[in-house]
Order: sequence, then C-alpha cells, then structure tokens
Amino acid sequence: MSKAQPGMTKVQPGMSGAQPGMSGAQPGMSMERADIAFEVNGAAVSVCVPPVRRLSSVLRDELRLTGTKVGCDAGDCGACTVLVDGEPVCACLMSAASAAGTVVTTVEGLANGRLSALQASFLVHGAAQCGICTPGLLIAATALLDSNPNPTEAETQDALGGVLCRCTGYRKIVAAVMDAGRFASASTDGAAPHPPAGTFSPYSDGEKGQVSAPATPSPRLSRREGKGDGQHQLQRLDLDRRMPISGHAVGSSPIRLDGLPKVTGGEKFGGDSFPAEALAVLVVRSPHYHARFAFGDLDAWVKVHPGIVGVFTAADVPGKNCFGVIAPFADQPALAENFSRFRGEAVALVAGEREAILDLDLADFPVRWIELPHLLQPCEAQAGGAELIHENRPANLLTSGFVERGDPEAALAGAAFIVSGAIDTSYVEHAYIEPEAGCAYMDGDTLVVVACTQAPYMDRDDVAKVLGLAVDKVRIVPTATGGGFGSKLDVSLQPLIGLVAMKTGRPAALAYTRHESMISTTKRHPAEMKATIGADADGRVTGMIFAGDFNTGAYASWGPTVANRVPVHASGPYATPNYRAEGRAIHTNGPISGAFRGFGVPQATIMQETLYDELAERLDLDRLDFRLKNCLRNGSETVTGQRLESGVGIAECLEALRPHWMRALIDADTFNSANDSRKRGVGVASCWYGCGNTSLPNPSTIRVGISAEGDVVLHQGAVDIGQGSNTVIAQICADALGLPLEKFRLKSADTAITPDAGKTSASRQTFVTGKAAEKAGRALRDTMLRFANVSEKAAIALEGASLAIREGEATRHIDLSTLKADADGLVFRAEESYDPPTLPLDAKGQGKPYAVYGYGAQIAELEVDLKLGTVKLVKITAAHDVGKAINPLLAEGQIEGGIAQGIGMALMEEYIPGRTENLHDYLIPTIGDVPPIETILIEVPDPEGPFGAKGLGEHVLIPTAPAILNAIRHATGVLVCKIPATPSRIRAAIRDKEARR
Amino acid sequence: MIRYAKPTTIDEALTLLGEASWSILAGGTDFYPTQGAKPFRENVLDINGLATLRGIAETDSHWLIGARTTWTDLVRYPLPAAFDALKQAALEVGSVQIQNVASVAGNLCNASPAADGVPALLVLDAEVELRSVAMVRHLPLEKFILGNRRTELQPGEMVTAIRVSKNAATGTSAFEKLGARRYLVISIAMAAARLTIEDGIVSNAAVAVGSCSAVARRLASVEAALRGLPVNGALVAAIQSASMDELSPIDDVRGSAEYRLDAAREIVARAVLGAAGHASDDKAVAA
Repeated sequence: MSKAQPGMTKVQPGMSGAQPGMSGAQPGMSMERADIAFEVNGAAVSVCVPPVRRLSSVLRDELRLTGTKVGCDAGDCGACTVLVDGEPVCACLMSAASAAGTVVTTVEGLANGRLSALQASFLVHGAAQCGICTPGLLIAATALLDSNPNPTEAETQDALGGVLCRCTGYRKIVAAVMDAGRFASASTDGAAPHPPAGTFSPYSDGEKGQVSAPATPSPRLSRREGKGDGQHQLQRLDLDRRMPISGHAVGSSPIRLDGLPKVTGGEKFGGDSFPAEALAVLVVRSPHYHARFAFGDLDAWVKVHPGIVGVFTAADVPGKNCFGVIAPFADQPALAENFSRFRGEAVALVAGEREAILDLDLADFPVRWIELPHLLQPCEAQAGGAELIHENRPANLLTSGFVERGDPEAALAGAAFIVSGAIDTSYVEHAYIEPEAGCAYMDGDTLVVVACTQAPYMDRDDVAKVLGLAVDKVRIVPTATGGGFGSKLDVSLQPLIGLVAMKTGRPAALAYTRHESMISTTKRHPAEMKATIGADADGRVTGMIFAGDFNTGAYASWGPTVANRVPVHASGPYATPNYRAEGRAIHTNGPISGAFRGFGVPQATIMQETLYDELAERLDLDRLDFRLKNCLRNGSETVTGQRLESGVGIAECLEALRPHWMRALIDADTFNSANDSRKRGVGVASCWYGCGNTSLPNPSTIRVGISAEGDVVLHQGAVDIGQGSNTVIAQICADALGLPLEKFRLKSADTAITPDAGKTSASRQTFVTGKAAEKAGRALRDTMLRFANVSEKAAIALEGASLAIREGEATRHIDLSTLKADADGLVFRAEESYDPPTLPLDAKGQGKPYAVYGYGAQIAELEVDLKLGTVKLVKITAAHDVGKAINPLLAEGQIEGGIAQGIGMALMEEYIPGRTENLHDYLIPTIGDVPPIETILIEVPDPEGPFGAKGLGEHVLIPTAPAILNAIRHATGVLVCKIPATPSRIRAAIRDKEARR
Repeated sequence: MIRYAKPTTIDEALTLLGEASWSILAGGTDFYPTQGAKPFRENVLDINGLATLRGIAETDSHWLIGARTTWTDLVRYPLPAAFDALKQAALEVGSVQIQNVASVAGNLCNASPAADGVPALLVLDAEVELRSVAMVRHLPLEKFILGNRRTELQPGEMVTAIRVSKNAATGTSAFEKLGARRYLVISIAMAAARLTIEDGIVSNAAVAVGSCSAVARRLASVEAALRGLPVNGALVAAIQSASMDELSPIDDVRGSAEYRLDAAREIVARAVLGAAGHASDDKAVAA
C-alpha cells in the first residue's frame, strides 16, 4: 500500500461516528483498514478504509466527491465512470487498493476554471436532462475526445455504450460529443458579458437540503492543471446561454436554467447530501411473494450487534400504517404487519452506524417466514375461489373503468370490415439511473425529509399520516431527482427514514440498492387486451370494443388511474361513434404496478394501432390515409362525448408525416428488392392524451415576486425531474410578467417555502402549473402597474434594485430597497392557482375528463433480420402537436427520450420478478439502440393552455411501440402479440408463418 | 477478522493460497457484482500486485496470456489473425469500462455459460495454466470449465495464464454475438470460427458456440463437414445440414431453446463466412 506523502490532504473516514472497537465484538468479521493514497483531480489524497472498499464509495463517502454516481454497483449502468490513469473504469467495480498510486479524474475535475468544451457542448445541446448519468457520460466521452477529438457517430457510440441514460434518448448526447470540438476554440473571453453562473440556479439560495455540509476537505482541483481553482469557483460560463430578451421567452430555447450543476457534478441528488453523523438504515424485505412472518427477540439481536442502534417494525409506526397515492384506495403499509403480499415488501428497518450497517449480515436477523401460496397472473387471481389479496376487494378486482357510446355491437354487426386481436404486454421497470435515496432529520418538532421525488406535497401528506404527525410538522425538501417517469410519485423510503429519525432523534439516511429499487417500487402494468374494430366500406371506423385486464400487483398505487384512463383513450385520436371499453385493475402478488409515463395508454394504443394497420390492409387503403380519414378534427366528439371545439392537431401531425411516409415506403421497397434475408418495414401510429387528472381536481399554485434587490423570485413548485419545468415554467412566467428571464431566481419545491404546484405527472406541469405561472406573472405585473398608477400598456424593467416603468415618453423609477419586504423578502408578490375545468364521467364514462389534450404521430423505419429475428431501427420521425413549444429544445428532448422508452417497451423490456431484478437481465436501450430521430413540432394552439401550450411528456412514448410493431409487420408479415417483440418472439412468429405456407 | 492480502510475487500468492481459503480479486468485474451489498466474510487475495501476470508473451511454442491481462490489453496487442475472433469477442465484453479492467482469465474462472471469451478461446485450442505451491498443470479449456459456474480449480490453485499453441494459432477467425441490444448485453448465443484455408479449400476448421449449453462447446460435426470444402456457398450448405448435437440450450428470459438452436446455426454460418473473408452483410443487432 502506498504511504501518504507529505503535504497531502489527510482524510479521515467520513463516518467518524463509528464506534471504536465495535468490530471486535464480531470476531472474524470485518477487514482491517489500510491507508490508501492516490491522486484525485490533481490533488494527492489518502484515505483509511478496508482495501476492498469500492472506489465509488471512497470517492463519495470519504472524499465527498458525490459527482460520481452509483446506479447499480455492478457495472451495468456506467454512472460511476471515472478515469483511472486516463482510462475509463466503473468506480463501483474497482477496489480502493487498486486505486492506490493512480491518478483518478472525476466529473469534478473536468472544469478548469471554466467549463470544458465537452461540458459546454452538453449544455448547449441539451444533452443533460435529469443529469444523473451525465457525469459518467462526460467522463467516458472525455476519454474518447482525449484520443480522438473528432469522433464519428459510431466511435462515439462505441465509447459511450457502457453508460445508460433513461431520459434523453441519447441523440443529443451523441451530438454534443461530436460537436465538442467547436467549443474548445469558441469559449473565449470575448463573449458577451454574463451574470455570475450561480444566479440562475434554482437552488442558489441553499434552500435545498439544509443539512450540515461535512467539514471534510474535498479535492476539487482541475484536471491537467494540477493546482488551481476548482469548479466551485467557476465565475463565468463562457458560452451563449441564449437568454431571450424581455417578452420573447416563450418559444425560445435558453440553456436550461438548472443546467450548470448537472455538468459539473455539483448537482445534489437523493444520495448526495447525507449528513456525516446520519444513521444508516437497512430495510428487511420479504423474500417471498406471499408469506406470514413473525419476529424473534429483536432487542436481544440488537444487543449482540454493536453499532446497531435499533430495529423498527410495524409495531413502531406511530400513525396509520397505510399509505397510497389515491386516498380512497390507500392500502399499503409502510412496514408490513404479520404477512407480506409481494416479494420485496418492507417488514423491518435496521438502523445503525454506517460502518456497522456496511458490515451487517442479515442472515441471523430474527424473522421467521412461512411461505403462503401466491397468485402472479390476473387469470389465477380471478379464478373462482382464489384467495383474496385484500379482503375488501372481491375477485381481487381493485377497480374498473368503463366508457360506452352508441351501440358498438350493432355497429360491428353492420360493418363492412371487422378486425379482432389480442395483445399481451409485460411489466416494465422505470429504470431511472438514480435509485431512491434520501435522508431525514428532526428540526425541532418538525420532521424534514430530503429525498428525490416527483410529488413533494403528496409525500408530505403520506409521511405525516403514517408517522402520526400534523402535515405542517413534516417538511419535504426535494433534491434533484435522477429520473422518475411515474415511480417516484409514490413514497418509497420517505416514511421509513422518517420513522428512524423520529425514533432515534438522529438523522437517518438510506440509498436503495438497484435490486431493492427494482423489487420494491412500482412498474408499468402488464396488460392482457382484446379488441375488435369495424369500418364501413368507405373506410370510416364505425365501432370498437376493447377489454383490458391490467395486473396491478399487490397494492393499489395508481391502478385506479390506469383502469380509468385506458377506456377514455383506447380509441386513439380517432372518431369512433360506437364504442365500449373496459379497463380492469386486478390484484396479484406481483410487483406493484403504478404510474409509468402514459398510465396504461401506451399498452392500449398498441392494441388499437396494430388493429388499424390490419383494417387498412383489409380496406386496401394506405395506412396513413386511413388514419387521416378517421382522425379527430375540430368539432369532433370523443368517445366520452366531449366536443372538441378547437385545438385538435392530430390531422396536422399526420399530414406533416406524409412526405416522410412516402419517402420511407419507397426506401423500404428499394431495399427489399435488393435483399432477401433482411427486410425493411415502415410503421405509423398516433397518440392522444388528456393532460392532468382524469375528471379530478389537480390545482397548481405559483408564487412569484420581486425582491428588494431587483430579482424576480419564482417559487417554482413543479418538480423538475429532468423534463425541464424549472426552465419552462420560468419562461411562461417571464412573458406573462413582461420581465426578462435572466432576472429570474428560482426557489425549489421545498414544502416549507413554496406553494403546492401538484405532482410531476399526467403531462400536467407545462399546462397546469404553466397556466398558474402565467396567471401569477400577469397578477404580479398588474400589482406593479397599479402601484405605479400606469395603464397595462406600460413597459417594466428591472435596473439593479430599481424598477423602471415606462409609459409613452414618461419613465418612473421605483427604488425597490425602500419598499417594505415581506417574510419571503419580496416587495411585490402575487400568488395564483389554476385547476383545469373538467366534468365528471357518468356511469357510461360520458363527460369531459380533461380540459386539454395533446396529439402526436410517429413513423418507425426498421430492418428485420429474418434469420435471427433481430431488429435494427433505421429512423423515427415524430410529429407532435404541443400547442405552443414553450422551449423547442426541451420539447425535442422529451420526444427523443420518450421514443427511447417506447423502443425499450417494444423490443426488449420485460421485468420478471425473481429473474430480472438488475440492469443486466432487465435491458433498457443503450446508446446504440436509438436511431436518428427527426422531430416535427406542430403548434395548434389550445384555447385553455398557457400561450396555447399542451402537455407532451407522456404523449411522446405512446406511438413508438405500435409504430415499431407495425413496421415489423410490414417488413415480415407477422404481428408479434406478446410484447416486447424480442428476437426470440419475432423469429418464432416468422417460423410459424413459414410453417403455415 | 477476515484476511486481505496483496502479494507481489506469485510464490507469495501461492503460499497464501496453500494456507487458507481465499476469494481471488482480479479485475473485480465479477467479484463486486457477486458481492453486491453483502458484507465481506471471506478472505480476499488481491492478485493485482502480481505484475508478472499482466501481459502477453510469446515463446517458441506458445502464446501466453497472463492471468491479469485485460480485454483492452488483448485488443491492443498485435497477434496473428487466428486471434481476431478473440479480439472481436473482447470488444463485446460488457463495455469499455469493463474491458479496461476485466481479465481474460477471469472470464474463464467465472464460468458463465454466456462468457463471451470462451468460444473464441475454444477454437484456439487454448489451455489454462494452473499453479499451486506443489505443481504447475496445463488443462485444455474444455477440461477446465466443468459447468455453469464450476471449474476444475482446486484448493490452493490459481490460474496464472492462458496458453495457445502456435500450432493452433493459424488461419483466420471471426466471432458473432447475438444479443437483444447493441451494448452491455449478455449473449443469447455467440459463435467463433477459425479456418485454415489452403488453395481455396478449408484444410482445418474449428467452430464453437456459447450460451447454448452449460459450457460453450466445439461443434465436431460442423468442423468435420467443413473440412475439405471449397470456400463458397458449400460452407453454408454444410453448416445447415450438420449435426449440432453438442448444444443443449435452455429457455430463459433471453430466448427460447428452440430459438437458440435456430439462431446458433445462423451465427455459426456467419462466423464461418467471416473467418473465410466472406463477411455477410447480415449482421445481428448486437454483432
């Protein structure tokens, strides 16, 4: 082992709370520590750790370099990529001993007083969304660019193939790496002056995670320079932020306001700000799908495990041990009582000093399991006599949704052409690269939970309920969230760490392992669907009947939402005068199915859009023409009887695709006439999706004000999980207010300081919170104009701490520092709420479930290897009607990312409990699996949305899988009816077809 | 207390191995995933201090791949064309990050049915060098990997090198991998082929398939059928009709047994054509 060199930073083990001598009480267990010295980002460091400690842990926990992320601890995701002696490696797979004597570079070492060219390029291209994979990508790409400054696309993909990203769809990452060279020369001091970089960070005030920062000195010196100013002293961002001028924020694409920390490693995610003295928490989970259990002598077990502070079970839960995102259906215990209903369910918590927990073997934990028979398939759960998973839910039916219009049987009986089919889909795992993580502590009598989330106020309410606290005694401080996609709407570890903090009075910290995240959190519902669709001789759809059973797993979560959304959307964006659709959510002992981008609509759309292809074929109509003939138009009525007066953009989307469709069909024909063993196919599919809750209130509130210093302070409560709400909501507010975006300072969605903007879900933030931001911006403007006693035609500007108001030739200056500031430090303020106008659905599902719908359509072009059943995507062309693209670059990022998830759903993603509980058996697309994507933004303004905007986040995923399946069918003549269409299934379908010949 | 040792000489390592039971830490890419979040309870012998085990050497009779040689080391080292299949396999092992630290020998010791390195080493007739305090022995690779996660490694022994006879390092070779995505993917099936071609005729053929049996297997009937054939369409025809009795694939999440058998024949054909210099345009998604 290398010896520490003179003058180096000597770092003590991060968790100084570890009790001396505790290892002696577990004879023969732990491993002796050693001094290990190496260089990090130009600084010599030494740590004293067990030599087999993972380098990722050493960097994060000992050196507090939390820019290196841990996504899987198995080399499957690449988030922990660092350079060791210039070569990229996974820090989670390298021992501390192997790092001894090496030179390590982490993301914190990439900036050199100013951003590296690559970091700048990432910002400019919008290559970072949530930012959790960004450090790994930046490091892997840095290694590439060091040896190859102008890589090709293939070289870029080969170099970055080991880092998974779940948000971006990779295309902007590829572009940013290939384009990085441009910034090496362009980032000169001659650029226009910019305010200090920190100004636009939503968290610059330090409200986020007010937990004590460790005093540990951090090696943050810059790469190559050896010594110098670290990234934390970055004073300038030498690149064009594309800041729009006043009044032109909407429609512009400034660099995302929260972008900088995502490329420097400075962003704090759920696991990045654990207090040094925090207790570590381990969750004991059910190894069985269904089991009865009883604990032995827990106190005695604690006594013989030094460093373990306590064990907590359901008996310790002070409040109502029952949570759930939809209150009337709440059914899930924070810690199971006496029996568990699914594999991975939490039954007990072990809290202890960090080193003791790291060295804890749960093999002797006193719990006795009696395995009980389990039901994993909806058909088993529905069979007569099947045991009830919840006593109050007969036939294991959680709930069902129903929509009926006209007389579907008569319509189908009278149809000239009828097609029927059945499609089964699989559990899909969200696979965000950030496993759930957070810490909790008591601040007086208030419990503070600092964790990643999509829904801080819902977290607050459920934590308060479970822990028996008043809601104002729980404060949720959202950290940056490393992807959510619906699963981080439900609480996971929040009540667990909250319980430990309450019971022990000490901070409690927990980061789920990848396995734990996968087995215990929600999934996309597997669906078993059947449908029949009929059309008249002219090719007009006359009727449709749809039935879908959705495996909702052990607890309710968002199952009711899926059951209700599916029947409303299963027609697709097509006029369907006679219609019946039923969606049923059925309990099993499988993983809990909850919210995942689209709430069941992506599954139902596969059913409908594949049948549309078959129907077009029977009608001998071009598949795109058939869709255009039937799509909703202004004035159409939906299957719920909602008359859409204006803003229906599906026809515009399909028309925009037409030239691409014609070109793609010709390309495929040309290719196919020259190739026998590979065939090209082209497919198209559409989507529509109602934005916001289905017929239920979902208000957002936005507070915005002017500080005495002359900043616009926006309390931006719409949690940004990467999709861009921090930027988009500010853009909307800026133009409503009439002040430039660069004057905005954001306050985070901390429940103690910012009003409730609702959950980041249901594609509602741009529309609902955006509308609230628009109203608040206008109200603030009105307040100031009234104060100055001028008309609404006046222009306002902030000049330092002075408000300038111009009307005609006259200009007035108001010295803001002379005005009385309120508790928030605001001299002018406005707070406005917005709740979309909807109407309830009646017994037949008739009503106005949504105030705004968004529309889209995509073309997939691909090549099928007929011998192997493999699919090579050639191109996706996506046309989405967003009403108004508030930020076109971010909209494109949403589209590309949604398409990548649709590709995964179509071709590879299949979560099987007990079998694919990791990121090497559960496959999500890599950088080599997403083809070029051409985005066409369609703007058919919605009369309700802010500046005409509609939601987009979920829409983008919906058409991809059916377009791919239709393209496979076009290429091969076979439709794969069990999703995902893996090579094995595609080849089996081709073989069956060949056998039938 | 469990032990940790990082010896700097092979003799020291072998002495330690003779004293106690150890888990060996080399590249760490299987060691850490297997460990997961569990606490360490076994002695760890860290062989990363054994400098002499890293690198490739040539003797009069053999190519020697030291036990710590990484996939990246292998790719960067100039070797005869017979090693091309192994180099192509190297580039499909996990990711660049994995290839930079994972050892070729570790891929054998881990004994996964889906180990990408095994088929390419089988067609090179590779041997494994095992050393203990008492002895050095050389085992053909077929005799070293016994089954899923089982090897012939005895207590007190460690793998010190992979040996390839220069007699076997002749001809040209190619590797085909079939997976459900482009990177970071466990193979559904993979195939390696090495051909010696004289005057347009296959004089010798070695073909192996992985992920279609508990241990990757050489395909004797296919090899026999290829010998003596001209390098043309006859190769594929021979592969289509040859027996592949050695394969006994299972159904799993990556594909059905039936699919694997079907696909194996196809990727064997592509690997053979690749080795013959007739690269097919048909590439598997992850090839």
